[in-house]
Amino acid sequence: MNEFVETLLDLTWHEPKNSYDVVIIGGGGHGLATAYYLATRHGITNVAVVEANYIGSGNSGRNTTIIRANYGIPEAIRFYQHSLDLYSSLEEETGCWIMHSTKGLLWLAHTETAMRAERARCMLNTACGAETVMVTPEEAKTICPQLDLSGGGRYPVHGASHHVGAATARHDRVVWAYAQGAMRQGVHVLQNTPVTGLLRDGDRITGVQTANGNISAGIVLSAVGGNVTRIADHAGVRLPVRTHPLQAFVTNGYAQGFDKIISDTELFCYVSQTARGQMLIGAEFDPQPSYSRQSSFNFLQSCSSKVSHLLPFLKNLRILRQWTGMCDVSADFSPIMGHTGVDGLLITTGWGTWGFKAIPAGGEQMAELIATGAVPPLLQPFALDRFGRDHALADQGSTGTR
Amino acid sequence: MLWLICPQCGRHPIDEFAFGGEMPTVPDRITDPDERDVDYVWMFDNVAGDTIERWFHHAGCRRWHTARRNTITDTVLPDLT
Repeated sequence: MNEFVETLLDLTWHEPKNSYDVVIIGGGGHGLATAYYLATRHGITNVAVVEANYIGSGNSGRNTTIIRANYGIPEAIRFYQHSLDLYSSLEEETGCWIMHSTKGLLWLAHTETAMRAERARCMLNTACGAETVMVTPEEAKTICPQLDLSGGGRYPVHGASHHVGAATARHDRVVWAYAQGAMRQGVHVLQNTPVTGLLRDGDRITGVQTANGNISAGIVLSAVGGNVTRIADHAGVRLPVRTHPLQAFVTNGYAQGFDKIISDTELFCYVSQTARGQMLIGAEFDPQPSYSRQSSFNFLQSCSSKVSHLLPFLKNLRILRQWTGMCDVSADFSPIMGHTGVDGLLITTGWGTWGFKAIPAGGEQMAELIATGAVPPLLQPFALDRFGRDHALADQGSTGTR
Repeated sequence: MLWLICPQCGRHPIDEFAFGGEMPTVPDRITDPDERDVDYVWMFDNVAGDTIERWFHHAGCRRWHTARRNTITDTVLPDLT
């Protein structure tokens, strides 16, 4: 982590011990949030979060910071809506400013087919508690005046769904808020400690092997992002997860203010503005599974062409930075949380391109599972064994990916 | 951008291809245990390193081919033959 940033944060680093009640692999949002809720809600503070690099260096520091709950299946909507609610009270709870701001999201549709899908999703969302309304193109223009309804003559807007509660928050501040809160309660966060293997005793996982020595644990939770298959392999657990790169970029500042999130179900792109004024633009993940974080010019070209048809003012901006994260995309495009079938090893994975919005709910629910040993109702549909039971939660259309 | 080598058409950008997944190991008999079927349908090797996979050249010859690729460097490796 940047040394200057560290002086601004109240992080207490601890000397690592040999043994903990709970060891969490992965110091990103989900890992740290789980540690935070274990400490604050359940009084379990003998916890270590083991991070290969620095906290938030993986996908938590590479996402596009959108928080929304307009998904396509009731189980997911309830879960993400809970997360959205937790996000809005997170600043109050942790005492850290995460730059949370409720903006509302317009999900554009360009064809009658997409309109039908949006109408159905709208009703389902509203029924499950995530307020979403259909708007006409003219209403969409009032909500977001920068929008070109003709789509540059190429992608005319037929309508949109307006998800009122959608928000953005600063991604690394969320990670730091949870880290700070957890460390204050005595949770150990061990940076630069890559996990190289898992310790087993018979059929049970009893700890982790790291580059800095072995750590034994009552329960091991894998909150790993793109590299999750490698961790699961150590325990012999097979996962329905493929690692795809996801790219995004920001432009220079746009002074006029853009207080909506624009997302497009058919062009697979989304646009929002960061607190600094930069336009943050992302798209679908790369088609081939890969562990490479290489960005491509091809992506910049196709994505900027699409978004500047919808928002013509983007043509006058310049691209400042682009980056890539490695997404653990699950086979049915829904997360996987809970037991792995191996004693002592829990998992939270399959977060693909939708992990950031789920950090508070994922952390809170996983902490409850660890503390009580019982799977909370919100998590039950997301168990890994759903694939074998033929209860996959197919929801690709709501992820904004292809 | 990644360029793939189609055995019919030569070197073409990845946009022209559809990813067909890892080279499958098809369960050999219908008497295989259910777990093996679940594994076949849902689970991925998600190899970090050299992997063998199927690609479909939809914008070209419209034929399937098998390629070897390194997923860490994201580069196509020399032909399998």
